[in-house]
Amino acid sequence: MNPFGNPFATLTELADSLRSKQCSSVELTRFYLDRIERLDAAYNSFITVTADRALAQAEVADARLRNGTAHALTGLPIAHKDIFCTKNVRTTCGSRMLDNFVAPYDATAVARLDAAGVVTLGKTNMDEFAMGSSCETSYYGCTRNPWDVERVPGGSSGGSAAAIAAGLAPAATGTDTGGSIRQPAAFSGVCGLKPTYGCVSRFGMIAFASSLDQGGPLARTVDDLALLLDTMAGFDPRDSTSAVDGHAGHAARTLHDAKPRTIGVPREYFQLLTDPALAASFDAARRTLERAGHRFVDVSLPHTAAAVPTYYVVASAEASTNLARYDGVRYGHRCESPKDLTDLYERTRSEGFGREVKRRILTGTYALSIGYFDAYYLKAQRVRRLIRDDFVKAFETVDALFAPTAPSVAFPAGQISDPVEMYQQDVFTVPASLAGVPALALPCGFHQGLPVGMQFIGPHFSESALLALGADYQRATDWHRRTPAGLE
Amino acid sequence: MKTQWETVIGLEIHVQLATRSKIFSGTSTVFGAPPNTQASAIDIALPGTLPVLNEAAVRMAVTFGVAIGAKISARCVFDRKNYFYPDLPKGYQISQFQHPIVGAGSIELRLDDGSTRTIRITRAHLEEDAGKSLHEDFAGMTGIDLNRAGMPLLEIVSEPDLRTSKEAAAYFRQMHTLVRYLEICDGNLNEGSMRCDANVSIRPAGSAELGERTELKNLNSFRFLERAIDHEVARQIEVLESGGTVRRETRLYDPDRDETRTMRTKELSDDYRYFPEPDLLPVAIDDAFIETARATLPELPDQKRRRYVETFALSDYDATRLTDDPEMARFYETSATSAMQLNLSYGAAPKLAANWVLGDWSAALNRDELPPNHSRVTPAQLGKLVARVGSGAISGKIAKTLFESLWRANDPSADVDALIKAQGLEQVSDADELAALVRKIVADNPGQVAQFRAGKEKVFGFFVGQAMKATQGRANPQRLNELLREALAAP
Repeated sequence: MNPFGNPFATLTELADSLRSKQCSSVELTRFYLDRIERLDAAYNSFITVTADRALAQAEVADARLRNGTAHALTGLPIAHKDIFCTKNVRTTCGSRMLDNFVAPYDATAVARLDAAGVVTLGKTNMDEFAMGSSCETSYYGCTRNPWDVERVPGGSSGGSAAAIAAGLAPAATGTDTGGSIRQPAAFSGVCGLKPTYGCVSRFGMIAFASSLDQGGPLARTVDDLALLLDTMAGFDPRDSTSAVDGHAGHAARTLHDAKPRTIGVPREYFQLLTDPALAASFDAARRTLERAGHRFVDVSLPHTAAAVPTYYVVASAEASTNLARYDGVRYGHRCESPKDLTDLYERTRSEGFGREVKRRILTGTYALSIGYFDAYYLKAQRVRRLIRDDFVKAFETVDALFAPTAPSVAFPAGQISDPVEMYQQDVFTVPASLAGVPALALPCGFHQGLPVGMQFIGPHFSESALLALGADYQRATDWHRRTPAGLE
Repeated sequence: MKTQWETVIGLEIHVQLATRSKIFSGTSTVFGAPPNTQASAIDIALPGTLPVLNEAAVRMAVTFGVAIGAKISARCVFDRKNYFYPDLPKGYQISQFQHPIVGAGSIELRLDDGSTRTIRITRAHLEEDAGKSLHEDFAGMTGIDLNRAGMPLLEIVSEPDLRTSKEAAAYFRQMHTLVRYLEICDGNLNEGSMRCDANVSIRPAGSAELGERTELKNLNSFRFLERAIDHEVARQIEVLESGGTVRRETRLYDPDRDETRTMRTKELSDDYRYFPEPDLLPVAIDDAFIETARATLPELPDQKRRRYVETFALSDYDATRLTDDPEMARFYETSATSAMQLNLSYGAAPKLAANWVLGDWSAALNRDELPPNHSRVTPAQLGKLVARVGSGAISGKIAKTLFESLWRANDPSADVDALIKAQGLEQVSDADELAALVRKIVADNPGQVAQFRAGKEKVFGFFVGQAMKATQGRANPQRLNELLREALAAP
């Protein structure tokens, strides 16, 4: 099928169409902009659509395609999570606090994609300051799951995942602090990669928890993730935590490097997986991988159960101070006619932040306070080290780990109101975040018409190997080619 | 019996490091730009911006550490110090709490009587400065200038080893000298390049226990430091002697009213929620880096002072004054050296140069409010002037006039010898010329000669005056005296 006109075409296919002149970048861009305009009211996956800018970028891309200076991604439209700063385009981070914020710079990840000639369709919806697992905490309203609009798309990169699932963009960027790329990928039936901490620059990516935040791609296929990662990743002198010798940038070229792998099955994860209906999908995935020549062994990550509480202490502690800059003094929301300084702070922050953000600020402030610091923050850091050691030890004997991405399929909007229950959504994703290791989330089945996702977790900077493993799986399956009904 | 009180003082000195850009951003550090024009996206803490450590700041801190014989941490860590204030853009200051870059060291404090005492330095750490809050000029509002936000600071913390306000001021002064020698700070106190907080307590003399202390904030001159401590000590004595207790608090010295007053009490201990800054990696400092800093240390004030005493035969007092300011020392040494080169046989050149530098030259700088490196006379010019005075070519008095005209001209190309020649300023030392003059004066003033010979010694001055008048002050006074005495003695 001619991929142009198919909203579910992959980046790789669209790139071929551009190169074979079946369509221009301007046509492709118009196609997606038109779909966003017609269909996104049902999903609310975009906060800002940058139509004029996108078309201008597409024209430049077409010129590059004509004059032979095109990169593999030139002319391909994607969306950015609204946590990435975009020069002269509003960046809200899903918060009223930044409703009027326009950065005078591009995030490094955005700049790298721009330089490759990627076209930006707009900025996608997200949980406020990336704090949430359902996209329900966004100031701009919840994003809906294209597989069932009564359900959430996952979060916090829910807008990016839903836009891809609905065929409003072929790919998007996201960020993952404790699962914010992987869990929405699973809920929305798309692929997502959380790279190794330090792989993708954090410059211009609005901070939630600095020691955990990591940008990465979401797309329809593992191959597309590799294309995007190769461009997004790389050392950035503006981010001191960026790795000098991180991702080598050759993932797209090694996707067929299908060496038989030894894959660990962490028993603690599957003990925590209580839904037997999902277990069937994972068993099937295992059999598929075994048929492809990969070998599964049982491994133990003994500190898995401690990961969620550890994560919520560390992430909230860092968030509580990262969000101190939003004080109404220099930019962002400011309350009307403050009486004095305290009033300015109190009302600005009370009005500008939503409930979940406030909860995390309070939790984090508490964890860092005199008298509680040792019991919470320091202890959490010690446990974090143990969790990391679990992974390092496991990777002495296995090439990758195989795990569920989320404990359930997408749940109905409004169903989970208890924050602690919501935090349990992250049980399979936060351990890799705390360890700083990469994890690839991809679809592996359906349950009651909703996507089921699995993940491969690898050693630090093993992105290329993880992607090759995922590509191998996707050559044998077509879960990633399924699309929600009625959207063609 | 009245209690004898002992004062105990510890100082925290904030030294603004002389880096070209800020500690965590590439923004310029040049002083005096219009408000908020030297405040980048990073400095004003726009979302998504990140700090990147300036290596020059690390090098300067290490240089300081090496100079005070301190242990340099192989691995130091930046922490966030969290508090809300409008001139603190991120809502936290990046500082160092548990693992400072410079560990314990010490300096030898030189006291007025020439003795020295070891003052222990607890630590020195790197941190960023906050912006400035401008409370005047905005009609009930506060202006915020973020040019200073992110300026690199080295905070040097001493042990409570100082015992008097004079010692504290001397310590501050000595640090001021040291950081300028190390070229890690411009030392401009009136631009806030060095600020000092003093922790002050008193205790009964002989007591081993420390009294409750107060902290005096933001003292930016040696005199204010001394006066603020004096006031605070007097206040604490009064409180204790009237049966009260000193409260732990932060006090502000008001130089206009010459008093200290409460800024905030510390009854509710501040909780800054320090924790390691996750945006910066721990800084590893290897031995090679430290050794390079050690190997490139300049001559330090003490070493220079000793050298001046030993090789220039200067008094300890003069050597100390000359080495207080590295620019003055540099000017002095160049002057003295060029004087010696012009007049090698004249062994007193260094001493004479010292007199000129500490005398007329310093006075001229003070009068015109110029720093030493803005001198309107070059060290080579002063050196030549000194050489010509030393050789007797010109008189001291003429030299002073010549110095003034050089200063006014502010012309580095002006040649002292050419000026002497052009203006006919050369001293008249020629015996025949002077003898003829003396004969003429004696012959022309028989009345005064008679008075002198009658025992009126004061009249001698009249003859000197006549001779100086006739030579426009160029007569060699010593030779003139001899010849006059000779001529007047014999009837």
